[in-house]
Amino acid sequence: MAAPVPSLGEPFHRPLTHLEVKLEANRCLYCYDAPCMNACPTHIDVASFIAKIAAGNLAGSARVIMDANPMGASCARVCPTDQLCEGACVYRKDDTPIRIGDLQRYAVDAAMRDGTRLFEAGAPTGHTVAIVGGGPAGLSAARDLRRMGHAVTIFEAREMLGGLNTYGIVPFRLPIETALWEAEQVVELGAEVRTNVRVGRDLAMDALLAEYDAVVLACGMGGVPQIGIPGEDLAGVWDALEFIEQAKLGRDVGALGSRIAVIGAGNTAIDALTCSRRIARQASGGGEARVTMYYRRGERQMSAYGFEYDFAKQEGIEFRFFCAPARILGEGGRVKAIEFVRTRLETSEGGEAAVPVSGTEFVEPIDTVVRAIGQSRLVETFDRLGIAHDGGVVRVDESLQTTRPGVYAAGDCIFAKGTREAMVVEAAEQGKRAARSIDTYLRGGA
Amino acid sequence: MADLRSNLAGIASPNPFWLASAPPTNSGYQVMRAFEAGWGGVVWKTLGTPIVNVTSRFAGMNYKQNKMVAMNNIELITDRPLDENLSEIAKCKRAFPDRAIVASLMEACERDAWRELVKRVQEVDIDGFELNFGCPHGMSERGMGAAVGQHPDLIARVTEWVVEASRVPVIVKLTPNVTDIRFPARAAARGGAHAVSMINTINSIMGVDVETWNPIPHVDGKSSHGGYCGPAVKPIALNMVNDCARDPEVGIPISGIGGVETWQDVVEFLLLGASNVQVCTAVMHHGFRIVEELADGLNRYLDARGIRSVAEIVGGAANRITSWNNLNLNYKIVARIDQSACIHCNKCYIACEDAAHQCIDRVRQPGGSTNLVVDEGHCVGCNLCSMVCPVDECIEMVRVDTGRPAQSWKERAAAMGEVG
Repeated sequence: MAAPVPSLGEPFHRPLTHLEVKLEANRCLYCYDAPCMNACPTHIDVASFIAKIAAGNLAGSARVIMDANPMGASCARVCPTDQLCEGACVYRKDDTPIRIGDLQRYAVDAAMRDGTRLFEAGAPTGHTVAIVGGGPAGLSAARDLRRMGHAVTIFEAREMLGGLNTYGIVPFRLPIETALWEAEQVVELGAEVRTNVRVGRDLAMDALLAEYDAVVLACGMGGVPQIGIPGEDLAGVWDALEFIEQAKLGRDVGALGSRIAVIGAGNTAIDALTCSRRIARQASGGGEARVTMYYRRGERQMSAYGFEYDFAKQEGIEFRFFCAPARILGEGGRVKAIEFVRTRLETSEGGEAAVPVSGTEFVEPIDTVVRAIGQSRLVETFDRLGIAHDGGVVRVDESLQTTRPGVYAAGDCIFAKGTREAMVVEAAEQGKRAARSIDTYLRGGA
Repeated sequence: MADLRSNLAGIASPNPFWLASAPPTNSGYQVMRAFEAGWGGVVWKTLGTPIVNVTSRFAGMNYKQNKMVAMNNIELITDRPLDENLSEIAKCKRAFPDRAIVASLMEACERDAWRELVKRVQEVDIDGFELNFGCPHGMSERGMGAAVGQHPDLIARVTEWVVEASRVPVIVKLTPNVTDIRFPARAAARGGAHAVSMINTINSIMGVDVETWNPIPHVDGKSSHGGYCGPAVKPIALNMVNDCARDPEVGIPISGIGGVETWQDVVEFLLLGASNVQVCTAVMHHGFRIVEELADGLNRYLDARGIRSVAEIVGGAANRITSWNNLNLNYKIVARIDQSACIHCNKCYIACEDAAHQCIDRVRQPGGSTNLVVDEGHCVGCNLCSMVCPVDECIEMVRVDTGRPAQSWKERAAAMGEVG
């Protein structure tokens, strides 16, 4: 396992002190049928876990959290709590909401520190389930299936489990140890893990279905797509997820220079921005690095969470709105500059489109470019697996079953734009739901 | 998972958490919900000749922002017909045969009235009786409840009548509104009771509205004293439970009642001698669901200590309570302040300066800040500074070696007698 990367600096958000925990846990009203619980996609019984913190039962508290959300440790760090549990807190109107995410982190951190064993595998049922993808959705499904007593094998294309939690979120927001601890909880329940196996390439769906009674597809999405402009093949042009991964694993990303451009305005863009600036400043011995987000729409259209945007501002990131890259200019095979064109929003039937304004081109000297314009869909993979999909979004019914009987899907691979957000907590809930559906399916129930 | 099963004088329940006879056990609907939530037993709201209640019945005692650190009530026993209660008891017992259902009873001090009530109630399948000799308001004015509990001879007599007629164990519930709880407890034992439960509520007036001069709560401008309960009464209850647990003339099991809200409260009652606990106010505040916190907390506590069953801790610390004359006069502790944890509120300083022994000094530091430093030579180890400190583990009371062997006042007085 890669060593943590302390050089990437201070955590995004510090943990609560013991005094803060005591005051906050005792401030909670322990509402009945609490709005915070209902606002959580996994329905963590917040009142119960906070009451247990107040009563000094941290192991019991962690169990309540992880029972509802197998990704409870990651979610305590990356959930947009102000839009979920804390956004629903009854104190929000006249006071500040209870710091639910921070309390959750306190309880789960204690369990991580103490090595508390939270769950046991169920009595063996004789059924076998293959999980394709060891990210949040796959791990959550695997965890619950093991608790139900089904044998589980996780097929993971990468070297480590955890998916984007392990590889795709900067360490100062989500340390790799946290993601791997969650995966370890599942492995300890007896889930078999086969890493470096890509289903669809190394293993066909028919082979899986021949060997397993059911399958969960939880293979997420692909890398960041090309922008589709000249110069993307130059050295110094990065896929944001690959960049974050290299940084998180403590690998050398080479010289970034002092002028970095990140194209895109989502949460991964923010991660790429803050992470690259920290690395660039560190490489130059604390010197200045001009790290800029370029976005073809405006501040209002950004998909990054407000708190992420705030964090990026505090980190000294600059923002340029209403400009789109037209081409990347190179010198000696390396990025030298980007030519941008200004845009304006035009309202059409399909919503608001950013339209280039001709004659407004300008060139910015740039040393490193990071693409953070979303993730591609695994269209070919699903075609090869014989799974029906809509433009790479796997088609599922209410029970999360795909068009192939016995094959279920959860997580980012079923996340369609314009529905719910592709959050870790949502993936965890879908993993749980897939596990429940499979349990019913395997037991021959309705 | 530890074995949480409990047995009070032959009344078995899957855990030691019972609901006390009170508003939460008023109806079959509530008791069903309580059992679904996981309560091991209930003492049904007191049965007897149905009464008429007043409206405006409860009042809460708040301490600053903390709601209901205690409450009081002027509600009486059940206001529903006996038959209705009995048929609901039977239904609950059928639905949850493994749980304990104890019927609380109250009657006028007449042998035939008590015998008749016992006879009728035990026609349904119940696990025990609890005689309500504790209710301090209303019923006591009619010669029942605490009016009986304050007369040991009456307790013994009524208990005898019930035990004679009863086919199930009899618990006597005692009022704390007495000088020494051991006397009524001994009387219950003399009368043949199989267990005692304590404490019922304490005589109290919750307050007066300073604007209207109405008492709180008031019924059309007037009130009567009510029964006080909740977290604030726990220390009183612990003392009474322990007094009885250590008294050889009581000698029967105890069901502990009074301010139980957390699993730690349960452990304390059990350690000091209770065989199980009964809960009311915490449920009135948070609902039946708190039993899950109690069970989970107690289980983890026992597991962490390798204790296999809850019965093993009953009375575990009962004999740690003794008379003052037996305490070691040569045991010394002093306060030690962790400067790195201190937030400089100076609460410890002013408490010691004005209310204790003037042994915390404010020592100016080179940078201009002030450290709070204990003069250990003069510190008497009273704990006050650590009690007022808002930061956990900032002020620690540490033992210092006096170099002298343990000696109690009793021993010192005896030694002085020998010398003198």
